[in-house]
Amino acid sequence: MTPDASALRLEARGIHHAFGDLVVLDGIDLDVPAGEVLVLVGPSGCGKSTLLSILGGMLKPDGGQARMRGAVAADCLNALTYVFQDFSLLPWRSVAGNISLVLEGTRLSAAERQRRIADMLALTGLSAFADAWPRQLSGGMRQRVGIARALAVNPAVLLMDEPLSALDAQTRALLLDELAAIIARAGVTVVYVTHNLSEAALLGHQIVVLSRRPGRVREILRIDRPLGERRASDPDLLSIEERLWALIRDDAAEADREIEHV
Amino acid sequence: MSEHDAPVPFRAGGFLPREHPLAGAATLIALLLLWQAGASLGWFSTAFLSTPIGIARALISLAASGELWVNLAASLQRLAIGWVVGTLGGLAVGVAVGLFTLARSPGMALVSALFPIPKIALVPLFIIWFGIGEGSKDVTLAFGVFFPTVINTMAGIDAVPRALIRMGQSFGLGRWAILRKIVLPGALPAILAGFRITTSTAIILLVAAEMIGAQHGIGAFVLEAGNLYDIDNLMAGIVLLSVIGLCTSWLIGRVERALLGWR
Repeated sequence: MTPDASALRLEARGIHHAFGDLVVLDGIDLDVPAGEVLVLVGPSGCGKSTLLSILGGMLKPDGGQARMRGAVAADCLNALTYVFQDFSLLPWRSVAGNISLVLEGTRLSAAERQRRIADMLALTGLSAFADAWPRQLSGGMRQRVGIARALAVNPAVLLMDEPLSALDAQTRALLLDELAAIIARAGVTVVYVTHNLSEAALLGHQIVVLSRRPGRVREILRIDRPLGERRASDPDLLSIEERLWALIRDDAAEADREIEHV
Repeated sequence: MSEHDAPVPFRAGGFLPREHPLAGAATLIALLLLWQAGASLGWFSTAFLSTPIGIARALISLAASGELWVNLAASLQRLAIGWVVGTLGGLAVGVAVGLFTLARSPGMALVSALFPIPKIALVPLFIIWFGIGEGSKDVTLAFGVFFPTVINTMAGIDAVPRALIRMGQSFGLGRWAILRKIVLPGALPAILAGFRITTSTAIILLVAAEMIGAQHGIGAFVLEAGNLYDIDNLMAGIVLLSVIGLCTSWLIGRVERALLGWR
């Protein structure tokens, strides 16, 4: 961890939420220690994304509370920062313009802004695409812009909502490796929602399995090995994937047969 | 069972019309030639329908006498003032209706009640209120432009993906920054599409208002020419209106290309 990195932990206490009569989250307690990656997995409709919205202050829970504790680095411009499944790029801004968006109106000088944009573009391999429109980019490159934009504000906590699930399998595998390296290097606290169990095993220090509606914490698995030392083919990770699948399988089959309520 | 031994037939032909700009121009030129030939060969009387050459002569002599410029200037000024005022008002109300709960239902109720009124019917009322001079004409145009602008602006704002607005909020952008950098650019395609409608609405109302009470302006000119059975001048006025319409739509096309290059 760099010396001036944030050390912010995130806590969920008794979080309860319902959409109308439909209870989606019921008594969720979680701790995300500073610098660790917590992965939320569970069958579709178990409230993973809802929980992520609550953790970042984008949705008011009906009950319970999300809290943040700890120090935030001086150069952090937005402590709780999202990476979105659909990228959420402004189509009328170039790649550099999309990153610039979240730096404009902050205390950064124009020169510092330009430098941060250039750094983030370099970090995510986008330097050659600074002036391209989002529509000209592939899905993988668009999500790189989303990641660059999130890192540009030097976040204390990254909240990632299935960031790779809109991508094809090959792009996903490539970007997953990069993401793991970036997370390991930045030393940020991460909450990562996914339905992909190998992503969970590769990225998570804690893997929280949520049950089908109403979402409750069913089990928490820990993997203490540093992200940099993990390979998708590691036998222990594969066996964790199998355990996760065994936990989710029946719920997932059930969820698949359900009629959409929301 | 039936035996087959043949190439697979291609079945996906047609339903793909293509553009031929030359064919479009040729059609217009051919029609003009036919029209002129019809008059020259005496197929119809030029007392009821002018000819392309007659219209061109009328336009040239109007330009030479200066009458053309007086009328054109009067009309363009009304068009500019009325359209700009109506557009600014419509944008302001449209943004308010698109963003604020407080403005939405009252604003929409007002628009729904007043939009269907044919604005031409209001010209006599506006003349009573604002006098026979420029005021009543500018107000008529502004009023007619206002409502479609409100509706298009609101629809454009409604169509901005909420996910983009939430993204802005999640990065801590302020309300003003979200409005200026996310909402308005997102609504711009719909707003510019609305401009095409409002400029043609404005031209219609311009002519109507000028016919009801004006000394100068293309509407007044056309009406006067009609009263004098001066078919050449009458149709020259109509051609001028068509040219004004073409110019505004060309201008909007340029603005669209400049501002919407990201699409």
